[in-house]
This record gives sequence, structure tokens and C-alpha cells, in this order.
Amino acid sequence: MNVLELFSDLFSDYTLRTVALGSAMLGILSGSLGTYAVLRKQSLLGDAISHAALPGIALAFLLTGSKAPLVLILGAAAAGWIGTLLVMSIINTTRVKDDSALGLVLAVFFGFGLVLLTFIQKMPNAAQAGLDKFLFGQAAALLERDVVTMAVLGTLALLAMLIFWKEFKLLTFDPEFGASLGFPMRVLDILLITLLVVAIVLGLQTVGVVLMSAMVVAPAAAARQWTDRLGVMIGLAALFGALAGVSGALISSTTARLPTGPTIVLCISAIVLISLALAPNRGLVWRWVRHQRSRRRLRGEAVLGDLYALASQHDDEDHGHSIAVLRAMNRGRGGVALSLEQLERRGWVHQVGSDEWALTPSGLAEAERLATSRGEASA
Amino acid sequence: MSQPQIEIQLIAAVVAVACALPGVFLVLRRMALMSDAISHAILLGIVLAFFLTKDISSPFLVIAATLTGVVTVSLVELLHRTRLVREDAAIGLVFPALFSIGVILISRFAGDVHLDIDAVLLGELAFAPFTRFVVLGNDLGPRTLYVMGGILLLNILFILLFYKELKLATLDAGLAAALGFSPALIHYALMTLVSVTAVGAFDAVGSILVVALMIAPPAAAYLLTDRLPRMIGLSALIGIASAFSGYWLARALDASIAGSMATMAGVFFALVFLLAPERGLIAIARRRAHQRWEFAQTMLAIHLLNHEGTPEEEEEYRLEHLHDHMRWEPDFAGQVVRGAERSGIILSQGKYLSLTDQGREVARRAIVS
Repeated sequence: MNVLELFSDLFSDYTLRTVALGSAMLGILSGSLGTYAVLRKQSLLGDAISHAALPGIALAFLLTGSKAPLVLILGAAAAGWIGTLLVMSIINTTRVKDDSALGLVLAVFFGFGLVLLTFIQKMPNAAQAGLDKFLFGQAAALLERDVVTMAVLGTLALLAMLIFWKEFKLLTFDPEFGASLGFPMRVLDILLITLLVVAIVLGLQTVGVVLMSAMVVAPAAAARQWTDRLGVMIGLAALFGALAGVSGALISSTTARLPTGPTIVLCISAIVLISLALAPNRGLVWRWVRHQRSRRRLRGEAVLGDLYALASQHDDEDHGHSIAVLRAMNRGRGGVALSLEQLERRGWVHQVGSDEWALTPSGLAEAERLATSRGEASA
Repeated sequence: MSQPQIEIQLIAAVVAVACALPGVFLVLRRMALMSDAISHAILLGIVLAFFLTKDISSPFLVIAATLTGVVTVSLVELLHRTRLVREDAAIGLVFPALFSIGVILISRFAGDVHLDIDAVLLGELAFAPFTRFVVLGNDLGPRTLYVMGGILLLNILFILLFYKELKLATLDAGLAAALGFSPALIHYALMTLVSVTAVGAFDAVGSILVVALMIAPPAAAYLLTDRLPRMIGLSALIGIASAFSGYWLARALDASIAGSMATMAGVFFALVFLLAPERGLIAIARRRAHQRWEFAQTMLAIHLLNHEGTPEEEEEYRLEHLHDHMRWEPDFAGQVVRGAERSGIILSQGKYLSLTDQGREVARRAIVS
């Protein structure tokens, strides 16, 4: 199937459209709310929440016998929320640090979830089939009612985020200042975490418990490279999340034996890599280019300075100095010929003999300027 | 108990102790989540090595998986060192990507082979006794027991040999570096140990239980003691207790053994979290309540001392007056007075209070300090 066909199917094929819509919703939600988590140094809270949700899903099914999306989502959200509060209370009341508290809740809740899942699997009625799709996610199994549930709850969560925009911004960047203004920071903290729990729980069916945390961290980490503004970052993270969600879900639902969660995670990881490398200003490629440029400039200045030192020992300004001398003065750093070429292009040096160089008048002025500014800096 | 039952519990206990030992240092060095990252990422190493050797029991698998664990740690550090993402975000970016590649490789190419994701992630301890360790036709016991026993021995040896270095690098990294111990070397040695342990335990109990057994027992022990040797011992004990009780819970519910062990490790942590003698929630609450009463009694003594021998004495020493002066509710004031009387700070005659010598001393000391 070629790409064009895939796109036309996206609008005509019912299953494909459902899958794409659901995954886009997932990406937008986890991307935008994940931004706060990453900025507040809570990147791995998502990992704990998604693992902690597993026993909630199993308990909800055990108690109600229903697999309706809303029932399972409520169960997952309750368990994820309790897990988060436990993490916070362990950090706040004991000397156990945040990393241990997160890992503990994550592993223990997940283990308990496994106990419940294996317990359910051995029950006589076979209605339990399909609960294990929460482990790695199954986008192809998304139904219209799942997507409707996701859309309604997701829109509510995003609306709440927009309503409390200013407050959440304060909470993220300067909670003490917010408290001094009289905002109830603890309540806002719990509200924001509740929204994150909602975002994570809604994505579990598509990406799965194990990998959902990547959807919280990665879109925000990628978006962070492109901007310093919160609004832009949230928008970009939502876009990246949706892009990865849709492409991953489509690739996996059109290819046999390709689990959804891992495919989506690889798509968002690719976006992160591209952002880390290419984002203007912060990107690694640009950083390397800047580094090379300043290295070349410093080398050129060093050669210019050496020529200046040599010129000051001669009365004749046009007396040429051999490149070998310059190399000796510049020992170890190399690239003298290159630097001379570059200086010649700027009109600061000119070649006199076969391999001999001298300063031009403008080069002399530049070298003097550099020497005095260096003298001032060291003085 | 039948022989397989004993063998399963033995394996579970060995795994628990083997995980708890490096876990202590992970918890103390605030790197607990590295166990999460490593235990997930080694899946990729196992899968890649499996494709090369086509043999699930090849020792090459263990080496490759261990290497992947160490590579994960250095990838996290590499990403962190670009200063483009924070360390926690770096962990959250690296291991899901590696794990995803592993899962996709398994489901794409190893569909029919004995290597499925559920077993790898969740483990199935119940099957461990089926693979035997046979030498020259003699059945010496389950293979996993020997593998994990070897890893446990390795962990014990490492901690014994490098105890001083580990302790110093963990509790005072600056001093360790100043004395010439390379923090990077110790860090990577520990991470290699965590990887080896995770790889060995992976097969038996799955990656999530590795995380539970590495973090929960040491975190609980951390609330019980201030001494490193005791913390190591207690972690091992709590790990063993989780192993045994987890096994019987699993039997009772006919559920996953690994999951039950993780659950029991959590239960033990919860018990310690509530009941620990000094750092438990109940102990903290009692200490706070005690301090509240003690503070109130001291305030009462100071109040009485202030007015002793002054013209207002008669007015200020009335029990009802405490309500106006200290803003205490009558009930609370009554309790404070009774408490203060019991500790011999004041005397009450009818509705009037007076200080004892001991009370004057308490008040003076509180004012001076």
C-alpha cells in the first residue's frame, strides 16, 4: 500500500479513521499535559501513573463485570490518582527520595495489577478477553465508543487546562510567587496532576501501560528544543504527539504483527532525535556549526596576532614571514595555511614571497585592536 | 511441600536477595529508576543476541543483555550531557525507545520461537523448575537456581570487596573523588552489576518484578535504620519475606507469582511506612502530638512564672483565665492543666493554679533557650 492510498483510506475507511482519530486525540492530550510534567521535573511521574492504572482497570472489571470504556477508564484513573498521591506522600513524609518512591509505586501497583489480571484470566467466565491489550496497546481494536469517550473527556481536560492557564503557568515556573499572590497552589498542583492522570489513562488502550510514559515525556522534550515559550511549547508538543500517534497507529494497523504502542513510541522517538539535532539555536548540529565557526575565528586571530608580533620586530611592514615560522609559533593547533587563506579573504594579510606572508595596513589595525582589547580584558 | 514448590521458593528467595543487594545502593544513590530503565532495555540485547545465536540458553545472551544495560546507562548520560533534556526526561526517552525496538523485533520475527513478550515482561516462575541443570546425567536441580545463585554470589563478592569504595562513593561522592576513587568507575561497576542481576532475574520473574525487588525492600530498610550494613541485611530479609509470602499468596489466588511477590514487597513497605519506630507515619504523628502537649505545658509554665508574685497573680492564675490569655478552648486548657499536673509542673487548688519548683525550672530553661 503506498502513502497516497493510505491517505485516501484515512478518509474513507471507517476503522482506519477511528484509529487515526483516537491516536491523534491521545497525542494531543499527552503532549500538551506532558509539557507541564516535563517542565516541573516530573517526567517519570507519567511512568508511575500509567503502571499504577493497571490494577484499577482489573478491579473495575472485577467489580462491575463490564468492559465499557468509561468504567475501565474510571477504574484506571482512580488507581493512577491514588498511586500519584502515594508517591507524593512518601516523598513528603519520609526520607525516601522521589526516584525510589516512583519506582516503588510503579512496580508494586503493576505487580498487583498482574495478580488481578492472572486471577481474572482463570475465572470460569471467559468475558475477560481483551484486558491484556492494555499492556502494549492495540490501536486496531479502538471502537467508535472508545474514541467518543476519549474525545469528550479529553476536551474537558484541555478546557480545564485553558481555564487555569495562568495559574498552571505560575505553578510551573514560580510556585512560591503564586502562593504569595494567594493562589491555592496545593489545590492547583493536585488539579494539574489529575488532568495528567486523565490524559494518561485515555491513552492506555492505544499505547499500553508499559510505554505510555514515553508519550508524556517525548513530545514535550522534542517541543522544548524549538521554543522558550510555554504556549508554543504546548502547541508543538500536541502537534508532535498527534503526528506520532497517527503515523504509528496507521503503520501498525496496516502491517501484520506490529504492536501499536512500540510503533508509536518509535515514531515519537524519531521526532525527538530530529528535534535534538536540528532545532534552531539549541540543536546539536547548529551547536557544532557554531563551535567550528568560533574555533576558526580564534585560530585566525591567533595567526594574526603572531604575524603582528613578528611585524613589530621589523621596520619594513611588508617584510614577509615564512609560514614555517608561523607554524612553529602556532604549535599543536594546526590549520595555519587555512587561517592565512581566511585572513587573506578579509584583506588582512597578503602573500609576499612563495610561502611568506605579511600584514596589510587594515590587518595591522585589526591586530592592534585585538591586542588592546585583549590587554584590557586581562587588565 | 512438594519438591517443585520448595525449588520455586528457593529460586524466589535467591532472586530477591540478589536484587536487594545492588538495590540498596541504587536507592541511596537516588538512581532507583535506572533499574526500571535497565530492566526494560535489556530486552533488546536479549532479542538481538537471540537472533545471532538462535539459542535461548546461550551464555552469550546474558553478556549481550548486560552490555545493553550498560549502553542504556551511557545513552542516558550522553543525552543528559547535551544539556538539552533533564536526567529524568533522558531516562524516560531512552528506555521506551530501546524496549520498543525489542518488542517489535520479537513480534515481527520471532513469532513462532520460544520468546514471547508476556513471559519476558512478566516472567513465569512456576515454569522455572522444568529446566534442569544436568551434569553427566545427574540432575543437580533447576538451572535458574544455579544462574541466580551465581549472580547472588557475584553481588556478595563485589559488595564485600569494594564495600569501602561503594560506601564512600554513595554517602560522600565529593570526598570519594578527592581521595582518588573514580566515581565513574564505581558508577559503571554498580550499573553492570544491576544489569547482570536484571538479566538473570528477567528470565525467572520478569522485568517489573526486578524493579519491585530492587527498590521496595531497600526503601523499607532505609526507613528502619541509619547504618549501611544493617540496611543491606534488612533489605535481604524483607526480600526473602516478600518471596515466601508472595509465593503463598499466588497459590491461594492461583495468580502470577512474580506479581504476588511485587505486591507483598509493596505490602511490607506499606507496613514499614506506617509502623517504623522513628520514621513511620504513626511514630511521626505521635511525636507531633506529644510535641504539641509539651509545648502547651511549657507555655503554661512560662505564663505562670511571668505573673508569679505580681499584683495580677490572683487574676492570672485562675483556670478560666487561660481561655482569654492563651486563646485555649476550655477543653484543651483542662487537658493541658491535667497533663502539667501529672508531670509535676503545676499544682491546682480548686480553680487556682500555681507553679512547682520543677515547673519554675522548666519555664526558666525554656525562656533561656
